[in-house]
Amino acid sequence: MIVEGRVIKLGDKIDTDVIIPAKHLKSTDPEYLAQHVFEPIDPEFYKKAKGAIIIAGKVFGMGSSREQAAIAIKAAGVRAIVAESFARIFYRNAINNGLPVIICPGISKEVNEGAWLKIDIESGEVTINNTKKIMCKPVTGMALKILEAGGLLEYLKNLRGV
Amino acid sequence: MNKSLTEKILERAAGKAVSPGDVIEIDVDIVAFHDLTGYHVIEVLEKATGSNTKIHSIDSLVVAFDHLVPPPDVRSAEIQQSIRSFARRNALRNFHDVGYGILHQVLLERYVLPGQVVMAADSHTTTSGALGAFAQGLGASDIAAIVLTGKTWVIVPHPFKIKLVGSLRKWITGKEVALEILRVFKADYFNGMSIEVFTEDPKTFPMDFRVTVANMGIEMNADALMFIPDAETIDYVKNERGFEPKLIVPDSNARYVDEYTIELDKVEFLVSAPHSVDNVKSVRDVWGTEVDYVFIGSCTNGRVSDFEIAAKIMKGKKVKARCIAIPASWNVFKRCMELGYIQTLVEAGCIVTYGTCGPCIGGHFGIAAPNETVVSTSNRNFIGRMGSPQAKIYLAGPAIAATAAVTGRIVEPGELA
Ligand code: SF4
Repeated sequence: MIVEGRVIKLGDKIDTDVIIPAKHLKSTDPEYLAQHVFEPIDPEFYKKAKGAIIIAGKVFGMGSSREQAAIAIKAAGVRAIVAESFARIFYRNAINNGLPVIICPGISKEVNEGAWLKIDIESGEVTINNTKKIMCKPVTGMALKILEAGGLLEYLKNLRGV
Repeated sequence: MNKSLTEKILERAAGKAVSPGDVIEIDVDIVAFHDLTGYHVIEVLEKATGSNTKIHSIDSLVVAFDHLVPPPDVRSAEIQQSIRSFARRNALRNFHDVGYGILHQVLLERYVLPGQVVMAADSHTTTSGALGAFAQGLGASDIAAIVLTGKTWVIVPHPFKIKLVGSLRKWITGKEVALEILRVFKADYFNGMSIEVFTEDPKTFPMDFRVTVANMGIEMNADALMFIPDAETIDYVKNERGFEPKLIVPDSNARYVDEYTIELDKVEFLVSAPHSVDNVKSVRDVWGTEVDYVFIGSCTNGRVSDFEIAAKIMKGKKVKARCIAIPASWNVFKRCMELGYIQTLVEAGCIVTYGTCGPCIGGHFGIAAPNETVVSTSNRNFIGRMGSPQAKIYLAGPAIAATAAVTGRIVEPGELA
């Protein structure tokens, strides 16, 4: 699975209240959520998110279990998130919704805003501006199976033969 | 054997030997959701199975309304209505409608036992770790999968040991200990680890304090936080449920990735300053900060001992900052009423209700205005958490919050004398 896109950089400890504030949690509609993604820090974020890859620091997605955080980012058109580390629940929510997330310690220093990134999800190889290659952690195990199925719902349907 | 509590619980749940780092499938003892995540869980269930959802184990499923209690708008009422009808259709036995309590408190009071695996659609599920359960929050889809199959997958976390020695000074509580851990380790250190807390003397660290620390395990980004069950755990379960629980404890030579000792006598009054939980400061460093609004409650600090401290501090005084106080459940509220704490808080001018998350999540019941300074006993001070992104939230224990309510400033309760 290969994902490519232009880089938007964010910092450390991006929390779920910043990704999608609680007042929007009474909906699970991807289109609605996308328009409010990152609203507290950048209300216009969704306008530049299409086709982007987010590069972030430590414990991206920390905080609440709201699955809307992953849904909103994906629906805004973000293709993948590469972070130094992820909060456990967010990581699973992203995978469960078919949004690729790659753990990559040290990535923030390697990549500038606007760079072009190519990610091989299974091998963990990340190519920056078609030249420099670095190795990140590949997605493996259950997470890879769910991501390949297109998300947990599809995975569950396959399991149950629905 | 040299197994930690984490490994012992997960081995039972997996039915085989496990080691840290393994990806394993486990049986889940208790699965739970509340109103704000519950409708989402049900949406996923219905997408996966159509209208004939077969719940794996009715007795293992717990539902309690708390976030949208009482419903502040039509959409919230509608969300609760849809879950209520799901509960009826599926003849749920452990369903708690509005007026009962915050899910995590309900789980402690009525369902969780030491050594169990608890998975709920809310990040503060770590709270159940106070009883020595392996408890984690998950998103709606993962929870839906457990409702259907009774199982989930986890990565076995690396166990880390924290020892509590000595005893706390007056009015210093579990909250200050949780903030002390965050002060030392910051919010990203425990990613991929489970924290196992050993108390030297069970009596020096009562259950209410354990609950607060376990609750904030998620703020430490730990995979789980568990207190090693002891005499205090037995007492709590006996009092709440009327029987003595079996305890699972780690082996005496269990292996930990590392350990850290907290000398309780040295823990001081602490706050988390805006806008991150690990921006921990001594109260002395923010002394005199003016406060507009105080919230005492939430799944972190909504228990009897919290209101005992608040009532002792507010007795015979009037609040200067507006104050909202919310015991975590009907049970806690009733006990606080019997002890006269509710009356004291009302006399002092607090608005008091019970069994709702209230302003903790910025949904209703006391939204913070732009540029206001809030002191909250809750667990998160992220930008916009309690309303306006321009509000500044300080997280504190019950003594500092109650003192802020009556003085309108962040100072230690000694100032009141
Ligand atoms: S009280 Fe606050 S932290 Fe606790 S469950 Fe409710 S919203 Fe979440």
